[in-house]
Amino acid sequence: MKHSDPIKPIDPNERYVDERPDDEVIDTGGARPDLDMPTGKLIRRRFMRHKLAVISGLFLAFLYLCIPFVEIIAPYGPNQRDAEHLYAPPQVVHLFHEGSLVAPFVYPTVAKPDLESFQWKYEEDRTTPQPIRFLCLGEPYQFWGLIEGRFHIVCPPEDGTLFLLGADRLGRDVFTRLVYGMRVSLTVGLIGIAISLLIGVTLGGMAGYFGGWVDSIVQRMIEVIRSLPELPIWLALSAAVPPQWSPVSVFLMISIILGLLDWPGLARAVRSKLLSLREEEFVRAAELIGAKPTRIIRTHLIPNFMSHIVVSASLSIPAMILGETALSFLGLGLRPPAVSWGVMLNDAQDLTVIEFYPWVASAMIPVILVVLAFNFLGDGLRDAMDPYS
Amino acid sequence: MIRYLANRIVTMFITLAVVSALVFFIINLPPGDFLSNQIAELQAQGEAASVAKAEFLRAQYSLDEPLWKQYLVWLGAVPGPDGYSGLLQGDWGWSFEFDQPVSEVLGETLWLTVLVNLAAMLFIYAVSLPLGTLAAVRAGGITDYVVAFVGYLGLATPNFLLALILLYYGQQYLGLPIGGLMDESFEGEPFSWDKFKSILAHLIVPTIVIGTAGTAAMIRRLRANLLDELGKPYVTTAKAKGVGPVKRVTKYPLRAALNPFVADIGNLLPSLVSGSVLVSVVLSLPTLGPALLAALRSQDHYLAGFILLFVSALTLAGMLISDILLAILDPRIRFGGRGQ
Repeated sequence: MKHSDPIKPIDPNERYVDERPDDEVIDTGGARPDLDMPTGKLIRRRFMRHKLAVISGLFLAFLYLCIPFVEIIAPYGPNQRDAEHLYAPPQVVHLFHEGSLVAPFVYPTVAKPDLESFQWKYEEDRTTPQPIRFLCLGEPYQFWGLIEGRFHIVCPPEDGTLFLLGADRLGRDVFTRLVYGMRVSLTVGLIGIAISLLIGVTLGGMAGYFGGWVDSIVQRMIEVIRSLPELPIWLALSAAVPPQWSPVSVFLMISIILGLLDWPGLARAVRSKLLSLREEEFVRAAELIGAKPTRIIRTHLIPNFMSHIVVSASLSIPAMILGETALSFLGLGLRPPAVSWGVMLNDAQDLTVIEFYPWVASAMIPVILVVLAFNFLGDGLRDAMDPYS
Repeated sequence: MIRYLANRIVTMFITLAVVSALVFFIINLPPGDFLSNQIAELQAQGEAASVAKAEFLRAQYSLDEPLWKQYLVWLGAVPGPDGYSGLLQGDWGWSFEFDQPVSEVLGETLWLTVLVNLAAMLFIYAVSLPLGTLAAVRAGGITDYVVAFVGYLGLATPNFLLALILLYYGQQYLGLPIGGLMDESFEGEPFSWDKFKSILAHLIVPTIVIGTAGTAAMIRRLRANLLDELGKPYVTTAKAKGVGPVKRVTKYPLRAALNPFVADIGNLLPSLVSGSVLVSVVLSLPTLGPALLAALRSQDHYLAGFILLFVSALTLAGMLISDILLAILDPRIRFGGRGQ
């Protein structure tokens, strides 16, 4: 008998490859088959289950999306004054005038002096509804400081006013200032956290990677910075910002100051995470296969502590927003004509203001909401980032 | 234990030295100084006598010397024109604005600051201990949600806003006194029972305001710790054996959960002191907050520097106390195996 198809001798240097296609679904048969999903998918699913965090995330995303377009959203200019309407109360948007549906409109308010309390009393003039204009041309502005524009989404009525949240001491629209203030207050946290990340990850990474004396120096630095009371030092540092600087430089400087004291927490987290990760089997395995340190850091270490960093960042941004608010409130942060929520609250320092014109302090509501949202988001992310628990 | 203590105290003093250098650097950051401004102003007015005095002060504090030497003179490690006279010798420096020694400008405010922070601290523990325990025991219940909600609000509301609101409503509806830490008639008076009562009444609003943010964080932490502990098998065993609900929680789980709770003083104090500065400004308490703000505004830099240093020392002392308490509570720390 003749072998027409002789068996090939096995080449010991050739790898065996199974020609059969992969199984589409691997049935682990275990109790938690969901653990075989890709980590990203698991994280997303865990996060989605956290309703409050999702809502907070959407809310914050909406606010940040609004930031590039504040000039278009706000009906007025941030420092535009209306001398006829100092401390005017909020105007209510109506839909029905004398039983019939009109477009959204407001009633004009007329100021009358109250000779007993020496205040302006504002009364609605119920006879003439003034329809609000939409997608209209109004107060001119410089879009991003470059392009001249007059287009707004909402404008005050012709010859009328639209103070949705009232007017402040100088007759400026509080709603407009809230929108403009949002731009500063929300970006302060981002720039601050970028600086804090830069310092924290570099120093923490160095401490965790090199160990030894570098580690102990960084550790001592962390201890010193952590024992400093934040706000007094912030105050002292921002008192050192020269008053003649332009608002933009002051804004950048304040963000840097806020970031300067925040990094110890991050550095600690990065350091301890790096120390423990370096001992993990998968890192050792990668080293044994012959991966270079850059590859190990890039593909094995960074993805592992990235989630950690994202969480700590989302939890320290609100502290910075509150910090900016406090500094500006005390008059040592941003100064007018810059507009931030803290600068707005600076006007509300007086008890009489709170008593008679509470709408001037309305910046406190977005501050509270944003800080809460960041906290919820951070909590949700933290729970989600650890999907195997 | 004694070795641990000694070690801790030495570390604290080293940290304090570094902090003092940092503080000195920070207060010298603003361009120009109070005296130069004043000298220029006086020369413009042609007042020779005052100029001479300002020049004398310049020499006294070696303001024309390089910064590191000024620092050492301020510290008292190097003789100034007047011999050794610095922080180490108990001379806290000169307030240029008030034209008085810093010790006299501050006087009572130092102790009132300590008092306010101490009261806030006690408030935090008194409130967060029962609330945190309740939230953990009734986890998922209405109590838990209410406590969590209040806690989150406390975390998110800026201290100074809360101060303004409480100040307003406290005065409106409860007749709580506002502003200051005592009735005006007691200011500068020697200590007496009436003065003490007046201070107590004035302390209510500041204590609540300063304490709220810290309370929120504490409740969350205690709840998490206690929940971890309550999930352990020994608690189930205790339940199976028929140990009553109160004893089941307080006998071991609560004690174990209290450990990190005490350790947290170290984290809590810096933020507490920070917060009290801000709140004091809003409530116009005679503490270090308003004094610091005024000193920073007028570049009265020895006054500002001393306040910053004092506040830092206060935090460091608080951390030391928390570490000592922990060492007493937890033998693992005493014997050096901290965290490992």
